[in-house]
Amino acid sequence: MTQKIIVIGAGMASGRMLEHLFDANADVAVTLFNAEPRGNYNRIMLSPVLAGDQTYQDIVTHDDDWYADNKVITRFGEKIVAIDREAKTVTADNGDVLAYDKLVFGTGSNPFMIPLPGHDLEGVIAYRDLEDTERMMGLEAGQKAVVIGGGLLGLEAAAGMAARGVDVTVVHIMGHLMERQLDEAAGYLLRKALIDKGITVKCAANSKEILGEDGKVKALLLDDGTELPCDLLVMAVGIRPNVALAQEAGLMVGKGIHVDDQMLTSDADVLAVGECVEHDGALFGLVAPLYDQAKVAAQTLMGEEAAFVQKELSTKLKVTGCDLFSAGDFAEADGREDIVFRDPARGVYKRLVIEENRVVGAVFYGDTADSNWFFGLIKDKTDISDMRDTLIFGPAYQGGDALDPMAAVAALPLDAEICGCNGICKGQIVEAIEAGATDLGAVRATTKASASCGTCTGLVEQVLAVTLGDDFQMPAAEPMCGCTDLTHEDVRRLIKSQELKSMAAVMQELGWKTSCGCAKCRPALNYYLLADWPVEYQDDPQSRFINERKHANIQKDGTFSVVPRMWGGITTPDELRAIADAADKYEVPTVKVTGGQRIDLLGVKGEDLPDIWADLNAAGMVSGHAYSKGLRTVKTCVGTDHCRFGTQDSTGLGIKLEKDLWGSWTPHKLKLGVSGCPRNCAEATCKDIGIVCVDSGYQVSIGGAAGMEVKETKLLIQVANEEEVMEVVRAVTQLYREGAKYLDRIWKWMDKVGLDWIKEQIEDLEIRKAAAARFDLSQSIYRRDPWADHVKEKADTYKPMKEIRLEAAE
Amino acid sequence: MSEWIDVGALDDIAPRGARLVKTPLGCVAVFRTYEDEVFALDNACPHKKGPLAEGIVHGKSVTCPLHNWVISLETGQAQGADEGSVATYPARVEDGRIWLERSFLQMRTAAE
Ligand code: SRM
Ligand SMILES: Cc1cc2nc3c(=O)[nH]c(=O)nc-3n(C[C@H](O)[C@H](O)[C@H](O)COP(=O)(O)OP(=O)(O)OC[C@H]3O[C@@H](n4cnc5c(N)ncnc54)[C@H](O)[C@@H]3O)c2cc1C
Ligand code: SF4
Ligand code: FES
Repeated sequence: MTQKIIVIGAGMASGRMLEHLFDANADVAVTLFNAEPRGNYNRIMLSPVLAGDQTYQDIVTHDDDWYADNKVITRFGEKIVAIDREAKTVTADNGDVLAYDKLVFGTGSNPFMIPLPGHDLEGVIAYRDLEDTERMMGLEAGQKAVVIGGGLLGLEAAAGMAARGVDVTVVHIMGHLMERQLDEAAGYLLRKALIDKGITVKCAANSKEILGEDGKVKALLLDDGTELPCDLLVMAVGIRPNVALAQEAGLMVGKGIHVDDQMLTSDADVLAVGECVEHDGALFGLVAPLYDQAKVAAQTLMGEEAAFVQKELSTKLKVTGCDLFSAGDFAEADGREDIVFRDPARGVYKRLVIEENRVVGAVFYGDTADSNWFFGLIKDKTDISDMRDTLIFGPAYQGGDALDPMAAVAALPLDAEICGCNGICKGQIVEAIEAGATDLGAVRATTKASASCGTCTGLVEQVLAVTLGDDFQMPAAEPMCGCTDLTHEDVRRLIKSQELKSMAAVMQELGWKTSCGCAKCRPALNYYLLADWPVEYQDDPQSRFINERKHANIQKDGTFSVVPRMWGGITTPDELRAIADAADKYEVPTVKVTGGQRIDLLGVKGEDLPDIWADLNAAGMVSGHAYSKGLRTVKTCVGTDHCRFGTQDSTGLGIKLEKDLWGSWTPHKLKLGVSGCPRNCAEATCKDIGIVCVDSGYQVSIGGAAGMEVKETKLLIQVANEEEVMEVVRAVTQLYREGAKYLDRIWKWMDKVGLDWIKEQIEDLEIRKAAAARFDLSQSIYRRDPWADHVKEKADTYKPMKEIRLEAAE
Repeated sequence: MSEWIDVGALDDIAPRGARLVKTPLGCVAVFRTYEDEVFALDNACPHKKGPLAEGIVHGKSVTCPLHNWVISLETGQAQGADEGSVATYPARVEDGRIWLERSFLQMRTAAE
């Protein structure tokens, strides 16, 4: 017989329970009440909605059609106000009385409001539902908001408003942010990142009173007398299970509604799921356990056996640019040891807490790529004694097998969380795939996994690959080439962390499948090695494409082109004469002015290269690297020297930049432009790095291109003087050199790491200076004209090793 | 009758590199692998006559510098999906010197 089920609250837990029921075709008739005037949506995604990354429509989990298809009677905007358990009826706020066979509580929790004087003023809100979110979205740029509470919710609210240009102050009572999830060091990094986003952070600050005017909030007054003016005050200090109705109905209630392992309350016909429950003394505030409860409740309703088991939980913060993960317990205690890894330059902090050879807690900031793996170690209580020394570096370092990221994903249990934002576990993704979602887009559409911050995209793809086997073509995590299964990113990381300083070491340690690589991996490896170990590594010409081996551009007939540098596009009559003489002497068929403000001698015979360069060198010219994955040209306009609009010496700055940067090798070609004013005659805004001079200084922007894709640069920073421009350019070039995949131009690298991240590095003076210094170190070795050496030492190799005459054959 | 011509020292060629031997009938590319084997091939890719000696040498293959065809140094055959082949000539190393068989010149004449 059809069971009549009444559900109180259309929340994340009850919504999931209904999905399970309908997926199993349970014989049920459901009436769904919700105090909010709408159905189920993904509450945790309110933060991306607030930040403007998503809309409400994007986060609706069940739409009208879904309810209609499953014959759910929806009563949204209506509350249940009373329950008669004897009669098995509920009363709605309009007086309707409805009978049930089974009743399910999914009432969630209420945000806690500190009863400060003034807490009931207009403009004091919590952060719980769409209405709250819309209030915050209603603020104009420049208006002020105060957030009380430096926990997960408070920070997401603060970052979301700050992204809209609101002037936000976070007031937190404890000494560091998110103290429940983070230790002090990670809290410090987080604080720094938020300050960089323009958010004011006050820790160890006690709120005293909310001040108002005409019934509306005006400011927050702190204990120490500080007054923080605000147009909106958001309290995000905690939640309390919503139990009033259950209490009145006479159910057993502690802090939450008591439930057993089957999610039954003290009344066998009443169940409860979600944040409103108390199970075995514990309360819940994250979705992962609620989803488990939802499944168990559905099974209980269908008469199947199931038991809810509490598990370790992990937390991620959904604030763009703050990569943060924490799980388990990391309080200091006897017998506990820490493994800590810091990389100040990248702002990375990792800490593992070990107890009796098990990982019991983990905090990561700045690099959370391996967090799922560590979370697995915590949950499974894995014995880590064998890998202790390398543990902190993650799964890629733990012996032969684990090197394969696919194997690691295959080994993840089904309940491993893949998408932190949406609380999507591997099992759900696998289900979706088996139900026909066979590419990333479809998995996103059906599960929402990887649909918000996107950091788990790679993992989702790996789950696709593991589940579909040969039917899936991995788009992003492509191995470098047939010689290895590792991606470029893996290899770069391993070269650094395992300190691999020669090609042989890379191939040996990373298990290359070929004796000496191939034409795809060797140029990339050679680049990675020289970029990461400029002093130790010996450049390998045999691993370079012919253009870089012979420092000239090969033509379709096997001849070469020769392009000497013309610093900033400036030349002299003497240089022009030397070029003309060389063109005559070596019978150069074509002399062309390039798009890069210099002269190209095309059709030079390979054998003649050392000689023509000896002549050009003698006239003071050096290689233009027109062939290289390295600095090409710095295009300039005439600037203040001649132009009536010029604001700064664009030509002079361009020359200085080119003299500083030339000879450096980069993941792909690197082109600069310096324009003297926003008329931008040097086309600076479609270069990899562009500088536009303005009255007040210099706008440095990055990520332009005008090749197969046309990209406009994005502003990185504006600075006041030439010295700063030079430092910023050297620093950002170095970050690109150290971080990018081979053959990614700056714009592609920027798409991957995010302009925000690059800005944070450049704006931090310490990081900027350190990066510029690393660039200088590398330049002390590589800023030299290759031809000086080639002419002296290698000229022979450009000639045939032997000439045989016909007679010899007879 | 087979007779070998000394074309130079093994060390004249960088490991994973190549040098040319010029003949009146065009250039022959002499390759040296990572394992110090030597191979001699016409210096003209079967695709569009790309100069193979300028390619990247890996294993017993070379990747043409113009459009990345991979050519086997042992057989002269294009690898993978590409089709075509280039003439190969007997070559050997002895006492640190590289020797090509004289007959290769005759074969080249015959092939013309
Ligand atoms: C010589 C020159 C054309 C000219 O006659 O003006 C040229 C010639 C070549 N370009 Fe270019 N590019 C030249 C300016 C440009 C420009 C314009 C500019 O820099 O202001 C662009 C668009 C701007 C940009 O790079 O964003 C340009 C976009 C490309 C691209 C596409 C890059 C991309 O990211 O999409 C390639 C292909 C590649 O690099 O992979 C390319 C590749 C090439 C190569 C190197 C192709 C090759 O590997 O053989 C050409 C060599 C010709 C030769 O035989 O020497 N060339 N190339 C220009 C040399 C400038 C210099 O003085 O160094
Ligand atoms: C902004 C924000 C960000 C978050 N981010 C994360 C995150 O990143 N990760 C994570 O794991 N968790 C996150 N959470 C927590 C997560 O959203 C909650 O744990 C989850 O929504 C709780 O689900 P629930 O079904 O128990 O309750 P809810 O989703 O709150 O649903 C309860 C519903 O019951 C209704 N209701 C209550 N009483 C009645 C009544 N008497 N009659 C009718 N209806 C009633 C309410 O109106 C409400 O709609 C976040 C929460 C917020 C607010
Ligand atoms: S960009 Fe400005 S300064 Fe440069 S040439 Fe054009 S008008 Fe003159
Ligand atoms: S000429 Fe060799 S690949 Fe085209």
